[in-house]
Amino acid sequence: MSDRTLVQAVRDALYEEMERDDRVCVLGQDVGLKGGVFKATEGLQQRFGAQRVLDMPLAESSIAAVAQGLALEGLLPVAEMQFADYSYPAFNQIVNEIAKVRYRSNGDFSCPLVIRAPTGGGVRGALYHSQSPEAFYCHVPGLKVVLPSTPADAKGLLKAAIRDPDPVIFLEPKKLYRAERQDVADGEAAVRPLGSATVVREGVDLTAVTYGYMRAVTAQAAARLGQDGIEVEVIDLRTLRPWDIETCVRSIEKTGRVAVVYEANRTGGFGAEIAAELAERCFASLDAPVSRIASPDVPAMPFSPSLEHAFMLNPDKVADGLRRVARY
Amino acid sequence: MSPDVAPLTRERVLDAYRTVLRARALDDRRFVLNRAGKLAFIISPRGHEVAQVAAITALDPSRDRFCLYYRNFAAALACGFTPEELMLAAFARAADPSSGGRQTPGNFGSRRRGVIIGSSTVGPQIPKAAGIGLALKWRGEGSLCYVSFGEGATSQGDFHEGLNFAAIHQCPVIFFCENNHWAISVPQRLQVAGPGVAERAAAYGIPGVRVRGDDFFAVHQAVQEAAVRARSGEGPTLIEAEVLRLQSHSTDDDQRAYRDAAELAAEAARDPIPRMREALTKRGWLNDEADAALREEVNREVERATDAAEASPDPDPSTLGRHVYADV
Repeated sequence: MSDRTLVQAVRDALYEEMERDDRVCVLGQDVGLKGGVFKATEGLQQRFGAQRVLDMPLAESSIAAVAQGLALEGLLPVAEMQFADYSYPAFNQIVNEIAKVRYRSNGDFSCPLVIRAPTGGGVRGALYHSQSPEAFYCHVPGLKVVLPSTPADAKGLLKAAIRDPDPVIFLEPKKLYRAERQDVADGEAAVRPLGSATVVREGVDLTAVTYGYMRAVTAQAAARLGQDGIEVEVIDLRTLRPWDIETCVRSIEKTGRVAVVYEANRTGGFGAEIAAELAERCFASLDAPVSRIASPDVPAMPFSPSLEHAFMLNPDKVADGLRRVARY
Repeated sequence: MSPDVAPLTRERVLDAYRTVLRARALDDRRFVLNRAGKLAFIISPRGHEVAQVAAITALDPSRDRFCLYYRNFAAALACGFTPEELMLAAFARAADPSSGGRQTPGNFGSRRRGVIIGSSTVGPQIPKAAGIGLALKWRGEGSLCYVSFGEGATSQGDFHEGLNFAAIHQCPVIFFCENNHWAISVPQRLQVAGPGVAERAAAYGIPGVRVRGDDFFAVHQAVQEAAVRARSGEGPTLIEAEVLRLQSHSTDDDQRAYRDAAELAAEAARDPIPRMREALTKRGWLNDEADAALREEVNREVERATDAAEASPDPDPSTLGRHVYADV
């Protein structure tokens, strides 16, 4: 066990997987001697060399395309997009190429790779270093999408993603990179399977389904409601595609109420999909409409602290939303 | 010349000529079948056949990789696809080896033949080939990646990203542009700034070669020289083969609507197949009798391939959801 922040846990996962399997390689902008702008690849090039830890030109489409080429030749690349906001120039490579390789070749080819990207806001990153684009990728059959919220989950899920036979988009909430430390297991004991949610807090009155940075925010909001005698069950999905519907359904059958809390814009966010699915699956158990608690539909998060604050969900806003569902 | 370059014997050239004739005869048949309502959509290689087959003949299908594009019908035959297999793709049958009837017929793929499954978007194979080239360079076995595209694809950012990356890392890649001067209805003067595609190689510090695409021996030589460079670690080459588009962009297009009738007639008179036949006749490798016998043989192949493919079953609707992920 080691005491680790989330970004250190990411780095450990990369280090351990590169030690374990020499097919694993890392590529991206500034991933080499600099160790990445968030230090997620720190020390990897010194340990594994400039071939397996490859500094890429500032061109996201070719980062994804080169990773794909390496994967087609039997390597296990982990590509870093410096910010999730900057994955869009690679969108065609990810969505039309990587995601569809297996399907369009009728199973003759596969493309096992991981694309890592820091996601989300709350760090004064403004419009282009704060976006939460997970819904774009969750919409695409052929991709898996992971969005962890603790150091142990980040490490365990990244190790599983690297070993997965399909392409995985691995989004890391940058606000949590250094927010907390946690004891994290080493080696095989650290691996956590994709597609499994975790119940963060148990409760009988209301279910809150969330992921990423909103896990911590929702847990704080739930603690406040707890003081008023409203017990909220908080579920962290951890993996968004495939997502653990059954854990959510079981919870709602107990509570009869559900809110989905997500940091992305409300309209068309992945939380909307969760809400729709749960409404369909749990209709007979529900005592209140399925509710979404999400960020406003403005293009992205502004730079000014007052505007950033106005954009971001916080425990107050989430607690208000949860109370509305509890009182319905 | 490196010792592993196979000499261009009479037998090999006649075999290439047979492949060219096969491509034309199959394509003619596909058009008839399209107009008869039996095939939904075809992209013709008409006018490109000699350049495509000459290029592939200079390479080694037993160890090289091929990232083809949708007009590479003749190249696919040269890579080892059989007439029946290409007809199975045209009919979108379950036994289509590229995609089991999932993709339109121009997206070739076969892992055992080193043909990397294509897609229908324009240009993404270019940086992908650079990534494959990087893996082949790391493997160090002298294999190379051949990637082809039209001049329209050179307008894409992926063209720049792919050439830039391959040149930075001296990847063993041959970039083969089949410039037919038309991207559907947009002529080269509205597509390509400057004198042409080959000149762009200079910006990446790699050789750029322009060659007449109707000259089998010239194309073969240009690709063979590029292959020697690639295999000996001297990096990529950009080849621009000037060809004619003797058919509309696809069966859904009619180029008479936007091209000058006199120009079309003049181009039809410059069909590269009679020119190849003349070149072979001059060398004493072919006479009228042998040519007629070859064509008869090819026509019989087309008959057999068409009949077999037409009789072959459609994909089972229950397979729609297969190969989305490894375990599905």
